[in-house]
Amino acid sequence: MAIAARKTKAPAQPKTAAKGAAKSNSAKSGADKPLSNMPTFSKEEELHAYHEMLLIRRFEEKAGQMYGMGLIGGFCHLYIGQEAVVVGMQMASKEGDKVITGYRDHGHMLACGMESRGVMAELTGRRGGLSKGKGGSMHMFSREKHFYGGHGIVGAQVSLGTGLGFANWYRGDNTVSLTYFGDGAANQGQVYESFNMAQLWKLPVVFVIENNRYAMGTAVNRASAQTDFSKRGLSFGIPGEQVDGMDVRAVRDAAERAIEHARSGKGPYILEMQTYRYRGHSMSDPAKYRSKDEVQRMREEHDPIEQVRGRLTRDFKIGEDELKAIDAKVREIVNDAAEFATHDPEPDVSELWTDITLEKARA
Amino acid sequence: MPIDILMPALSPTMEEGKLAKWLKKEGDAVKAGDVIAEIETDKATMEVEAVDEGILAKILIADGTENVAVNTPIAVIAADGEDVSTAASGAGKSEKPAASQPQAAESAPPAATGEAPKTAEAPKAESAAAHPPVPAQAKAYDASSEFPAGAEIVHMTMREALRDAMAEEMRRDGDVFVMGEEVAEYQGAYKVTQGLLQEFGPKRVIDTPITEHGFAGIGVGAALTGLKPIVEFMTFNFAMQAIDQIINSAAKTLYMSGGQMGCPIVFRGPNGAAARVAAQHSHDYAAWYSNVPGLKVVMPYTAADAKGLLKSAIRDPNPVIFLENEILYGRSFDVPRGDDFLVPIGKARVARPGTDVTIVSFGIGMTYALGAAEALAKEGIEAEVIDLRTIRPMDIETVIASVQKTNRCVAVEEGFPQSGVTAEIGMRIMEAAFDYLDAPVARVTGKDVPMPYAANLEKLALPNIGEVVAAAKAVCYR
Repeated sequence: MAIAARKTKAPAQPKTAAKGAAKSNSAKSGADKPLSNMPTFSKEEELHAYHEMLLIRRFEEKAGQMYGMGLIGGFCHLYIGQEAVVVGMQMASKEGDKVITGYRDHGHMLACGMESRGVMAELTGRRGGLSKGKGGSMHMFSREKHFYGGHGIVGAQVSLGTGLGFANWYRGDNTVSLTYFGDGAANQGQVYESFNMAQLWKLPVVFVIENNRYAMGTAVNRASAQTDFSKRGLSFGIPGEQVDGMDVRAVRDAAERAIEHARSGKGPYILEMQTYRYRGHSMSDPAKYRSKDEVQRMREEHDPIEQVRGRLTRDFKIGEDELKAIDAKVREIVNDAAEFATHDPEPDVSELWTDITLEKARA
Repeated sequence: MPIDILMPALSPTMEEGKLAKWLKKEGDAVKAGDVIAEIETDKATMEVEAVDEGILAKILIADGTENVAVNTPIAVIAADGEDVSTAASGAGKSEKPAASQPQAAESAPPAATGEAPKTAEAPKAESAAAHPPVPAQAKAYDASSEFPAGAEIVHMTMREALRDAMAEEMRRDGDVFVMGEEVAEYQGAYKVTQGLLQEFGPKRVIDTPITEHGFAGIGVGAALTGLKPIVEFMTFNFAMQAIDQIINSAAKTLYMSGGQMGCPIVFRGPNGAAARVAAQHSHDYAAWYSNVPGLKVVMPYTAADAKGLLKSAIRDPNPVIFLENEILYGRSFDVPRGDDFLVPIGKARVARPGTDVTIVSFGIGMTYALGAAEALAKEGIEAEVIDLRTIRPMDIETVIASVQKTNRCVAVEEGFPQSGVTAEIGMRIMEAAFDYLDAPVARVTGKDVPMPYAANLEKLALPNIGEVVAAAKAVCYR
């Protein structure tokens, strides 16, 4: 049985978005599981998701604070509110799968297992940063963790991520490319060039559209003629789903279907993650384009971390002490990263002239 | 320990602001993420969220206070279990954390040249990214030994030489593949990839849709994983659609990743004017790409250089822009047979020795340079002609060595004059060999107009041998 794109229970989208949100599209997903109720997590999975999301949340709060103290400069885009997306995706991926995203990338790096010290020290522009202080908030990479950045040109990572999928296909190594971009990037031309080639060549790419409702300050319905992003691959025959991106269980469930589709040689898959960013676009954005009530409602009713916390307390009888212990552990990691990033020296001045070109190919 | 809340900076440039309003009062419990105050800057009103949890023990800066400097303690939070009054009394005494020190500025290299500093205490670049200094007595690179000794010499076209270079490297390394419009079944829009599909199959010789931006990005993405794509543009004019991926993704990622992410990719295809194809199909992009650190830019004139340099480009771990020329595709040159023939990137070639004036060019510009040298010889002026072959990194030492001998120089290119490659050559000669010059460096370039279609106007827009001869005579004061 082929199930077309489906919609899990998602937070209410703005009017125009909700109106167009169809339950299915005609593309075949190849998923053979029947429409089911919300998938459940084991206690271990809930605890894992809780820890991972909380780490991102606390890390980003700390980054915001350090920005305020002048320790972090330039642009700094926080992932607060969107944690369930990358954490759920990572729970469905396997070792060797490649990840690439745009400039709101701290959460992705932490979820890929990159060192919080290295990430924070890159934010502060220090030598212990993952890019030796030469990339900053938007540009970090890890060959070891298969994380390919960290890109500042909106939409560019979509073609690059398709290239990662191309490499997987070329090598036949059975890995997939998880290519993240936002509702804003989804309007860039190269996205559709990439969709076309990904489907034409059946490349193993999962396109994860993080629809957080605002492209900088422009609401989705003011920028997009088709606000159902799961349909954006329709004319290429790429299946898509809308997913409640605030519920880590829904994310992982959809991710498993999408990744399986890509890994099995059926080509790309689109996941529209309906999510929400609590903070402004960047640090200097007061977010006047939306109401405080809207933000407050999302935080109170859909917070991805509170949802897990609630289930842990209610369904798994995890006590307040145990949760506090996790909180304390996470805080310790974040404080340690902040401490390191504050006192690590700036790059040696000779670094100005290194890493411009490579002398020799790497082994 | 009580925690000071500091006046936050809300933008890269903010130094002070107004504490507009407290949303929490002393004694209130505060959770991470709670909005505790509003701050006004000249641009906007922003909310301040708490990062730490505890009780708001004391407010140090009252509502409505203007010009509060960034990092001033504005309130104190007593952490869980701490005594609020003790916390409040110790308020505002925490040390200000060290913000970024601008230490780099003091020892930064001289800004004027944009080159690596040359002094003894200067930081040493570990990869030869910046221009190496030209020694007082420059030495010309000797290209005469590039042809392997005893190799059979074959007369072949530039087109065949390029194809052979790709085929040899694809046989040698399974990670090398070719992608682009019409490269496979059509056998290449200009037949440069002829026969590759038949030998290597559709997985390694890939026809793309007409979608430069997208396939350039796919190529770069594949290269970041270590594959070695050869991306063919039907012409570099179309690469304008893809230039963001070439510059922002291919050229900069190594630096932005602190040296982790190399991008071994070749972008190749015809560049510059062909014949009667007007402004959108005639642009010479040598100067554009040569402006970008992280790229190498190659523009061969002979078939042998094209073959040897393309093989080097494919083996190079960096992004290489390989600029060909449609008119030169059909010209034949001597090329050594064999897989081992490589021409190093970054080395010029003395194409014709001489003593009276140096003429420097590259790519199809060499036809004017060599033609002029021949004409000048008939008038008793022996020009030394140098083929740069690589635009970036530029082998200026070979040029300087010649200028130190001839004391005069004419630089020739088909590209536009402003900020052109010849402008760079002139500047570099002035920096390194000013005292050797007996005349100002002259240049002959394409005219500063979009390429016209009409045959007579097109001819006027391009350089010609007569202009190079006139310039050479002028610098010789003859």
